[in-house]
Amino acid sequence: MDMGFTADQHQFRETVARFLQDKSPPTTVRKLMATEAGYDTAVWRQLTGELGLAGTHLPEDYGGFGFGPVELGIICEEMGRHLYCGPHFASAVMAGYAVLLGATEANRTQLLPDIASGGTIATLVLDNVGDATRVGESITARDDARLTGQARIVLDAHVANLLIVAAATAEGLALFTVAPDAPGVAITPLQGIDSTRKLNTVVFDDTPADRISRTPLDIADLWDHLSVALAHEMMGGAQRLFDTTLDYLKMRVQFGRTIGSFQALKHRCADLLTELELAKAATYAAARYLTTGDGERYSPHMAKAMAGDAYMAMARQAIQLRGGIGFTWEEDTHLWFKRAKSSEVFLGTPDWHRERIMQQLEATHG
Amino acid sequence: MAEEQDLSTATDEVIHETVLAWLKDNWRTDRPLAEWRNILVDGGWAAPDWPTECYGRGFSLAQAQVVQRAFREVGAVGAALGGPGNLAAHTILAHGNEAQKRRYLRPILTGEHAWCQLFSEPGSGSDLAGLTTRAKRDGDNYIINGQKVWNTSAHHADFGILIARTDWDAPKHQGISYFLINMRQPGVEVRPLRQMNGHASFNEVFLTDALVPVTDRLGNEGDGWRIASSTLSAERQAFSRDRGIGTLREREGTIYAEYAAEQAIAQEPYTWYPQRAGRVDLALPRAMATGAIRDPVVRQELARLLCLAHAAEYAAASAAATRRAGSNTIVPAGSIAKLTASLIARQASHVHTLVSGPEAMLGGSDGPMDGVIAEILLSVPAISIAGGTDEIQKNIISERVLGLPKEPRFDTGPFRDIPRNAS
Ligand SMILES: Cc1cc2nc3c(=O)[nH]c(=O)nc-3n(C[C@H](O)[C@H](O)[C@H](O)COP(=O)(O)OP(=O)(O)OC[C@H]3O[C@@H](n4cnc5c(N)ncnc54)[C@H](O)[C@@H]3O)c2cc1C
Repeated sequence: MDMGFTADQHQFRETVARFLQDKSPPTTVRKLMATEAGYDTAVWRQLTGELGLAGTHLPEDYGGFGFGPVELGIICEEMGRHLYCGPHFASAVMAGYAVLLGATEANRTQLLPDIASGGTIATLVLDNVGDATRVGESITARDDARLTGQARIVLDAHVANLLIVAAATAEGLALFTVAPDAPGVAITPLQGIDSTRKLNTVVFDDTPADRISRTPLDIADLWDHLSVALAHEMMGGAQRLFDTTLDYLKMRVQFGRTIGSFQALKHRCADLLTELELAKAATYAAARYLTTGDGERYSPHMAKAMAGDAYMAMARQAIQLRGGIGFTWEEDTHLWFKRAKSSEVFLGTPDWHRERIMQQLEATHG
Repeated sequence: MAEEQDLSTATDEVIHETVLAWLKDNWRTDRPLAEWRNILVDGGWAAPDWPTECYGRGFSLAQAQVVQRAFREVGAVGAALGGPGNLAAHTILAHGNEAQKRRYLRPILTGEHAWCQLFSEPGSGSDLAGLTTRAKRDGDNYIINGQKVWNTSAHHADFGILIARTDWDAPKHQGISYFLINMRQPGVEVRPLRQMNGHASFNEVFLTDALVPVTDRLGNEGDGWRIASSTLSAERQAFSRDRGIGTLREREGTIYAEYAAEQAIAQEPYTWYPQRAGRVDLALPRAMATGAIRDPVVRQELARLLCLAHAAEYAAASAAATRRAGSNTIVPAGSIAKLTASLIARQASHVHTLVSGPEAMLGGSDGPMDGVIAEILLSVPAISIAGGTDEIQKNIISERVLGLPKEPRFDTGPFRDIPRNAS
């Protein structure tokens, strides 16, 4: 398995990073997180138009660019580093992957081009975002056409013009499309701890819907793809926290020396680097597994479990090593801390993913 | 070899085929081992990653692994490269003169000479440059006096890589020289030391007027520290590699019998090394066999262990890919890999404890797996000490990789004036 990035991939990362550095500095993040919509439509148009970042991972036949999980990972990593505020994860990653992996050919052809171009903002409505095995316990489909139930936490539903919904049918899980303004749909904004990512509750009450997938939907495969994309986003955030913390340690003076000269803190940095490097290695390996099938089948679970622990460890230390200033609203660190905390539990806690690893191992070795 | 093409640019497939063809012509199980090893060296397959002028073919590490794979497939015995001999060879290749390379490299590959590493002393371990063994020039010789300690395999060794002080007025790092010492002489006394796991693989070595010819000094006088640093970095890299377990397959043929006898001596100090690395391979099968896998805590800790172990492999593969791509970014691979090896070993030890429960109190033939589990629990503490402690790796990472300030120094100026351990 080749684990390096190609020159083209490095260059792609540069392009994405430069754009986000320009469009998503902390001042902008703070401005957007205080708005209701939570994103800048002009930047979204550029990001999806000129740069085509909503379609990078989608096949060319459906209006995408035909790259895969590795390139999507690069985008997510940079978005996590810059804490990009916008519906990319909801629409391109979650809804895009759901349609790509779950929908029938006709529905892919119909739905993906607009998702890839950013013209449609879609989101994926899952009635459980912590445990893949429990999706479909609340939202059910009657006659393959009418949905009832509640999804407690949905990303960016308040700005979506298309809802992709996973619902239980008599034959198992299936995907449906719902128009956000259809009868019986209620979308209620929630107060997230991370206000750079907008959350809503979505309720359906006998809402008309169109089935777009075969049944049953392979939710585990979809969840794998979403987890790996999220793990990349988390690694970008963790690296950002590490870099800024290191800068702070080299600058802040106490007892007549920079605090970065204290061995306790030097060793903590070495530990954090080690944990970060391992989590990154697991994350990149998972993207390669999804692309080529090489590697461990449970590598997406390893990636999300390790990313969850590493990002939180980094976030805790990023605050701790700054002392009082780290605990203020003024300083930016808490923005990433909050993303780290909500990403730790979104799409399964590290413990949940580890339990999945064990179940897969037992299935193969038992 | 002159008639052969340069294979260092060949594809893995071509290399694999070439090795198999060569083995077909040369490998025979009824040859004496020494004869085979000489054929191996002359054929250029003993250490293909060495330079062409020194028995090698200038292969990359990845290409050398292709060669190893072909050897494994055929069941052919390879060069006698392992442990301190490998470190000595690495250092002589990098810093030796022509005469030294001619004299010492070949017998390392053939297994004729066994080596040990004479670096650590009772007064200086992490602070290796604080060593006080002295080397005094006397005509064509150096006379060596002092004590070394923790020297793995010294009780079997024919030669040692030795660092000793030649100048007491220079600053500590500048007064050291590097020697190749003959262990089979009256001035060298080796006393085995028993370890907490019951094995005795390392030793104390007393040097009393021991002699080293001037021609066996590696590099110039005063260059010893720089040369030792390259030995140490080769050693760190080796740590993440011995996690696998080398199983000696029992096969028919005189060469295998000789090989087994050689290995029994050469590998004796290392029988517990796989246990020191934690034996990750045993964790899942034992959890399943004992039923401990039903315990939710065991499941979590076992999954953590497997995540660490896989991630370490992925990280090593991506470090190798970065090196292949010729990137000059700092890949802190050695120190991070060594810290990771400690993490994995400790987590594995933890899992073995959870899986064994109260049986973890027992060792030897009464203990789980005939004492293997006990040996893991009692060997893992070595991995974070040997080859540079975890704390030293963290100093290296934070200073050289992360650019954090160096530790304050209390050891500058002429060596003789620096505070040191009472002896
Ligand atoms: C199994 C085994 C095999 C070995 N084989 C060999 C061999 O073949 N040849 C050989 O020459 N040596 C060998 N060694 C020796 C090994 O390299 C040393 O034990 C090691 O470098 C530590 O030195 P020390 O034992 O003197 O401990 P010390 O250096 O006294 O360390 C004691 C404690 O202080 C800490 N410490 C020291 N300096 C610092 C610092 N600057 N910052 C923070 N903490 C610090 C250490 O991390 C450690 O926790 C072997 C050791 C073991 C365990």
